[in-house]
Amino acid sequence: MGDLYQVQRAMRQMRRAALARGVMAVLDIGTSKMSCIVLQFDGPGQFREEDGVGPMAGQSNFRVIGAATTQSRGMRYGEIETMAETERAVRTVVSSAQKRAGVRVDHVIACLSGARPSSYGLAGEVSLDSGKCTEHDIGAVLAACDVPDFGRGREVLHAQPVNFAVDGRSGLSDPRDHVGNRLAVDVHALTIDGDAAGNLVHCIRRCDLELAGVASAAYVAGRAALVEDEQELGSACIDMGGGITGVSIFVRKHMIFADAVRMGGELVTQDIARGLRVSTQMAEWLKTRHGGIEATGRDDREMIQVDGGTGADAGDWDHDRRAVSRADLIGIMRPRVEEILDEVRAVLDAAGFDCMPSRQIVLTGGGSQIPGLETLAARILGQNVRIGRPLRIQGLAQNMTTPGHAATVGLALFAAHPQDEWWDFDMPVSSHGARSVRRVARWFRNHW
Amino acid sequence: MQHLTRDSQRQAMLGRPAPARAPGGRPQPQARPARRDPAPSRLAYRLNRIWLTPLYRRVLRLGVPAFALAMVVGLYLSDETRRAEISGSVTAMVEKVQTRDEFMVHAMKIEGASPVVDKGLRAMLPVTLPASSFDIDLEALRASVMNLDAVEKVELRIEPGGVLSAVVTERTPAILWRHARGIELLDATGHRVASATSRDVRPDLPMITGEGANANTAEALALIEAAGPILPRVRGLERMGARRWDLVLDRGQRIMLPEDRAVQALEHAIALDRTQTLLSRDVAVVDLRNGDRPIVRIGMTAQNTLRRARGEPEIGPDGKIIEPDDGKTAAKPGKTTAAAKSSKKG
Repeated sequence: MGDLYQVQRAMRQMRRAALARGVMAVLDIGTSKMSCIVLQFDGPGQFREEDGVGPMAGQSNFRVIGAATTQSRGMRYGEIETMAETERAVRTVVSSAQKRAGVRVDHVIACLSGARPSSYGLAGEVSLDSGKCTEHDIGAVLAACDVPDFGRGREVLHAQPVNFAVDGRSGLSDPRDHVGNRLAVDVHALTIDGDAAGNLVHCIRRCDLELAGVASAAYVAGRAALVEDEQELGSACIDMGGGITGVSIFVRKHMIFADAVRMGGELVTQDIARGLRVSTQMAEWLKTRHGGIEATGRDDREMIQVDGGTGADAGDWDHDRRAVSRADLIGIMRPRVEEILDEVRAVLDAAGFDCMPSRQIVLTGGGSQIPGLETLAARILGQNVRIGRPLRIQGLAQNMTTPGHAATVGLALFAAHPQDEWWDFDMPVSSHGARSVRRVARWFRNHW
Repeated sequence: MQHLTRDSQRQAMLGRPAPARAPGGRPQPQARPARRDPAPSRLAYRLNRIWLTPLYRRVLRLGVPAFALAMVVGLYLSDETRRAEISGSVTAMVEKVQTRDEFMVHAMKIEGASPVVDKGLRAMLPVTLPASSFDIDLEALRASVMNLDAVEKVELRIEPGGVLSAVVTERTPAILWRHARGIELLDATGHRVASATSRDVRPDLPMITGEGANANTAEALALIEAAGPILPRVRGLERMGARRWDLVLDRGQRIMLPEDRAVQALEHAIALDRTQTLLSRDVAVVDLRNGDRPIVRIGMTAQNTLRRARGEPEIGPDGKIIEPDDGKTAAKPGKTTAAAKSSKKG
């Protein structure tokens, strides 16, 4: 645990260095696409009060100066499968983003969608010696959290204090200077597979970049796609990616649960390719151009010309000329999307989403752009469903404002304003062995 | 979905004959070129990042070309003969332009100069004519001409047609100044014009002498002007103690003028002379230094005449009483010395 604390603090330090330099990149490594945007931090004061621009959810102090998206390579289920391929894709996207920005980027914040995330709720309690809560006490109560056994090879990705309680008063977001005798804290910890995280770190090192932070894609997509009220009142963000469908639940502006379903849009593409016997590229084109969920009578008559394939891997189907109706396509896609949403439903049920005060569900990610998904999701997940597009951030190109880039935009917000994590607080002195030895030595030197 | 299968398609195409196909031959799929990997290689990626670093960028875009240029030029010029060649060709080109006929000066024209100055001016010209006008430094020539005392002003210019024209204004001598090293001619401002071998060279000019006399020429000239009626008797002006003037007349007479308002004092003396014929009497010195009280020192003969009338013994020029029998002989040497003195002054 101490090791992790140091590593995360080092990454925070790196982020501070990047802010001082003013340039930072965020890198969203997804299963089907990789996008990188270069942020320029101009510091506060870019807008004056009289300009009518408020703090804009804490995103007024940076702007996008370069953005690039490329096809992902060597990824499966949101994890790095072939390191060299992924490294090439990262090089492609980073170099083209750099080229557009015209500056060299050294610090990067990455997000990871897969790697089997699992959520834990931790609780800690400590007595307040001074009768008043101080900064030191917050560090102490965080250190006093009883940590369950996460399992072998698990790494903590997020550990955010979501709730403080002083004596009987619960629901405090900032307990400093509260008078009381006992301080309790609830911490949400998100752990991922350590090997997958290590692979990501290694891959980014190989591209001569410094990692200034890692975040969960489900979490950052929620930060970008949920509006402030939804984050406050309780809602779930479902990030429908290529290989992974991430689920994150927010309440009181904190993530309290995150999980991932290992199914995504690429599975739908595979189904189409198998069912219609077309190449994967053709299937992808059919899905994005003609795909849908709700079939109508007209779709039976709408024929789509399917050429066996135009790519290099078309093989024998070079001279294949066929036509399929759109209803066939919908007939292939719908069961798979239903299955994904059923899995999401199961995850939400397991998380106890039904007990939330507001059961708003926001669908985002590339998969949420399937026409008619809203009605299907409303039937499976609940009535309050909407498609969430990411927040507008300054300087981002129009083609990056689609739901598919929610995680990228959220990562930019995360880079600008990370929420407090456990490692942002100073650990109590007693847990630092070396420092206490030094204190003893100093005491001896002063008194003898 | 059923009609999608190949069987159904074949059903649809039943009426058509099968396309003619070479036996044993299947249409080969056209070989497509392998897709280029869009990812930059590690080297390209690193070079691109280096190129985006501002320092490297500046060095590569500015430093390296500048260094290469300096290197090439330096290597080329490191050879002595090449340097000489280049400088020689440049010099030749400059020479060729400068010696064009349009820039040549063939003659020198001097106006308003006396023969002496004319000769000196021609000698001062640093080049022999004809010469290029680029070789004649008019400023330097003018400065050296102005060093001639006789020249007050000179206008030098090169006129079209290759003529160097010099318009000289010479100083006019107004006074003679005798000092320890000889006699000099001064103009009205006290500037030296020329040296004179003797006073007879310019008998028309008044004479001044004494230390610092040349610095007060204007006052001296004013005094000479004021001395109109007694001018035939004036031998000259002597500067006393670099402070005031003495007007020296013949017969050893001397009018001592005050430091300031000397002209008025001289006019006073002339008025005294006109009313009382003061200067034609035996008066050695008229002292006007104190304006309220002019003092007259009478001559030796007059003193002795007075003393004789009073029945006192006569005195010699040294102020001592001489023996009555030597009275005649004692008076004579005084006179002769005065005459000698006056002749020396002249």
